[in-house]
Amino acid sequence: MSAANPCPASAAQGSGLDLPGVRPSAGPGSGAVSQADALPGQEPSDGDERIARLIRRQGSQSDGLIEVLHQVQEIHGYLPKPALVQVARALRLPLSRVYGVASFYHLFRLHPPTEHRCAVCLGTACFVRGGGALAVCLQRRLGLELDQAREDGSWALERLSCIGACGQAPVLLLDGVLFSALPVAAPLAAPSAAEPAAEPQGLDRWLTTLGLPAGAETR
Amino acid sequence: MVALPARERPQLRCCGASGCRHAGAGPLLAALRAAAAAGGPAADDMSAGASAALQPLEVRSVGCLRLCGEGPLLAWDGPEGTRLFGGLAPAAAAALVDQVRGVASLPLAADPALAGHQLDLEQPFFRLQRPLVLEGCGIVDPECIEAALAHGSYAQLRRVLHELSPEAVREQVRRSGLRGRGGGGYPTGLKWDTVALQPPGRRYVVCNADEGDPGAFMDRSVLEGDPHRLLEGMAIAAYAVGADHGYLYVRAEYPLAIERLRLALQQARQQGLLGQGIAGSSFNLDLEVRVGAGAYVCGEETALLHSIQGQRGTPRTRPPYPAQAGLWGAPTLINNVETFAAVPVILREGGDWYAAIGSGNSRGTKVFSLSGAIRHTGLVEVPMGTSLRTVVETMGGGDPDGGAVKAVQTGGPSGGCIPAALLDTPVDFESLLALGSMMGSGGMVVIGQGTAMPEVARHFMAFSVNESCGKCVPCRAGTVQLLALLDRCLERGATAADLEALEALCAMVKATSLCGLGQAAPNPVLSTLRHFRQEYSAAPGAGR
Amino acid sequence: MSVITLQVDGRDVAVPAGSTLLQAIRAAGLSVPTLCHLDGLDPVGACRLCLVEVEGGQRLLPACASEASEGQVIRTDTAQLQGYRRMAVELFFAEGNHVCAFCVANGQCELQDVAVAVGMDHSRFPYQYPQRSVDASHRHFSLDHNRCILCTRCVRVCDQIEGAHVWDVAERGSDCRIVAGLDQPWGEVEACTSCGKCVDVCPTGALYANEDTTAEKHPHPERAHQLRRAREHQQWLR
Repeated sequence: MSAANPCPASAAQGSGLDLPGVRPSAGPGSGAVSQADALPGQEPSDGDERIARLIRRQGSQSDGLIEVLHQVQEIHGYLPKPALVQVARALRLPLSRVYGVASFYHLFRLHPPTEHRCAVCLGTACFVRGGGALAVCLQRRLGLELDQAREDGSWALERLSCIGACGQAPVLLLDGVLFSALPVAAPLAAPSAAEPAAEPQGLDRWLTTLGLPAGAETR
Repeated sequence: MVALPARERPQLRCCGASGCRHAGAGPLLAALRAAAAAGGPAADDMSAGASAALQPLEVRSVGCLRLCGEGPLLAWDGPEGTRLFGGLAPAAAAALVDQVRGVASLPLAADPALAGHQLDLEQPFFRLQRPLVLEGCGIVDPECIEAALAHGSYAQLRRVLHELSPEAVREQVRRSGLRGRGGGGYPTGLKWDTVALQPPGRRYVVCNADEGDPGAFMDRSVLEGDPHRLLEGMAIAAYAVGADHGYLYVRAEYPLAIERLRLALQQARQQGLLGQGIAGSSFNLDLEVRVGAGAYVCGEETALLHSIQGQRGTPRTRPPYPAQAGLWGAPTLINNVETFAAVPVILREGGDWYAAIGSGNSRGTKVFSLSGAIRHTGLVEVPMGTSLRTVVETMGGGDPDGGAVKAVQTGGPSGGCIPAALLDTPVDFESLLALGSMMGSGGMVVIGQGTAMPEVARHFMAFSVNESCGKCVPCRAGTVQLLALLDRCLERGATAADLEALEALCAMVKATSLCGLGQAAPNPVLSTLRHFRQEYSAAPGAGR
Repeated sequence: MSVITLQVDGRDVAVPAGSTLLQAIRAAGLSVPTLCHLDGLDPVGACRLCLVEVEGGQRLLPACASEASEGQVIRTDTAQLQGYRRMAVELFFAEGNHVCAFCVANGQCELQDVAVAVGMDHSRFPYQYPQRSVDASHRHFSLDHNRCILCTRCVRVCDQIEGAHVWDVAERGSDCRIVAGLDQPWGEVEACTSCGKCVDVCPTGALYANEDTTAEKHPHPERAHQLRRAREHQQWLR
């Protein structure tokens, strides 16, 4: 074993940070099981073998539900309803319980992810260094509220609550890539300030260079 | 610690924790390794006659080197002691390696690639630290159990298993005066006793690594920088309370911590330090990692237990406490990362030794993460009872633009804002509570003059609305109404009636919510109302 | 059977060990308002209406989910508790869409009763007017989310008594809502036995029988308790 590198077993570098799921605001009780999805009442045409395997590997224990959902999301990018049905059956859990868990945790997505995702950190360190102004600017540009996605599936705007890059605040993640120490002109001004904070022109230009569409589009 | 004693054979320690990775530590480490390999023979080829220039150069990836805001951080240990560099680009790697080997054409101070990047290790930020929990963080390679073992990890576990009874272990923890570092400050020894003294049967030990307070990254630093210390502390705890199974519940937002923890578990099992018959004793323990999925409320212990059981992360009424009825109804010991990580040093040096550090009813050291409007963003470990001024102004360097600090936020969404006038307050559990804030897990966010305090209160309330589990009505609906009230105050300035309504609802949510999240959600509002009331009635805040 | 004694609002009372504070309060001939609690279902302590003061205790305790202990001194009706209860009821009204005048449960609604009991005639909090829907897909019953207060009685009765677990809570925070199956229309959920227990125990007009119109709902909250007694103790109460 080399003295310079005594420990060859090392964790992979640069693992990506997963982002919270964005839920397009489906009305309560909209019961959106589309025709494309397998209806829970029917036998799914062919249960996904990958999912069956990962559940077996996990021991088919119901307390592993969250672990299983993480892995299903890794396969599909989100949690499709037929997959949830398969998970519920394999773990012998009621469907409503699986749905309750899947919809409780913000990192689980119940809808396919958008093509691009912009996530702004609203942790406290980012906030006091202008993260709030950054969020407002992004909302205006993308024409989206926080944790909302465009219906055409192009962009989603998400909020993060602290990814621990506080030393580089304020930060945002664009399709999983971190951009730090963003040029936000001023933090939220105190009431005593005579003038409102200047429009962060530099920030706007900078966002354009990142490929963010300029100007709000209709939702 | 960051500075090491002088050593003949030089080595480079490159911070590989999340903060520095975000600042580009990965490419820097690769460039340093390439430069080290290019300049001389590989370490194992070293022959006795190799010249100084061809000495093998060890380049290690280590945990947090503390001054995160200057990342990526790099420590060079050599005959003159340790030098620390910040913000080096990969292109500077060759120049630095030449300096280490003593073959550079320019002196260090004149090298354009390096000059201006050297950081003063004698500054108070480093000098006033008292690393106990972070003893090995920044020194050991967190992905290498041999490094951890060489640094003393698991020595206390071995000793305890062969020499001490579980009761004797608990006795040391009781004597240490250690209190839970997750926020509540419950006496750790008492908690351990409560679990140990339950009727015979299965018990569990659980590590709460769901560090969710925005602006808090202490636990992440331990997980990423010295995971074996945590595992050792947890194993000692399991032995002391009679548990043979345990879980580490880590938030999914910490992918690197999860990887390193899983690797550490695997290495510890291979070394016989986890599993059956640990270290030749009759003690068995298996630990598993459970990954959260984005829910702040899971930091609350009963919610965390539900989440480990694969359920919605909703809290339940206590009592019964988890120490009596936790995972699957069995007595369960839950402590957070920093608490477990303090255990090995307590066993090594003795409970009384630990209790001699700190002040009043807050003993030992506490790790804080400093961020916000502050010159030195990073991680500090100081004795309990150190004043806020020492931490924020002396160590943290105050406002980066030279202005005055306005307030310090401690305790995250459950804590409050302490005004600059009260910076001489000692940082201990009781003093912070008396000011309407709390110790919390150790996040300290400095707020500059430019920030309006009602905006800060609103920021935290929006956080609580977003993170409320929705089970009980005061938190589910009360926080929504509090946010609406704050919006009204911010839009047109608060009237006396607004403030009265705000305070009445805060009192109700605080007194009647089911769990700690709801009970503490009004704290940022109440503390800013207490210390910055005039800002609520002033002209509407601009910039939102 | 061991017995413990405690004091509720100045009255001494003896109850079997293991009783809840709520049982002790009732044994003293007193009452506290409840919404999520229902005899026969496991308590959840979610509505916070039954909170009581315990002398020497730091926090208020939910009477439904707290065990009575020897020598406790309980107060159920202080001015502070009255104030908190009224605010809690106002929060319930403001977070949903409750219009008593044409509600199926008008006159038979526990939320309405509690509002009267705590002296609430209007909400000081602005109404949120959330966008909610009605699920009328079931052959016999309907679910009007506008009237749901998330007490989870339906979830618990279906899980703990009927054993079907048709219902659960989805989402979180103010987005919480009751879902059937995999967020499906109720009528399509195979697990539902159409037993109607959820409708029987619903404290408001959120769950109702299709044939009932304004003020015609006849809930049977006592059935949860009756069924549980029958199951567990072979005692049939009527």
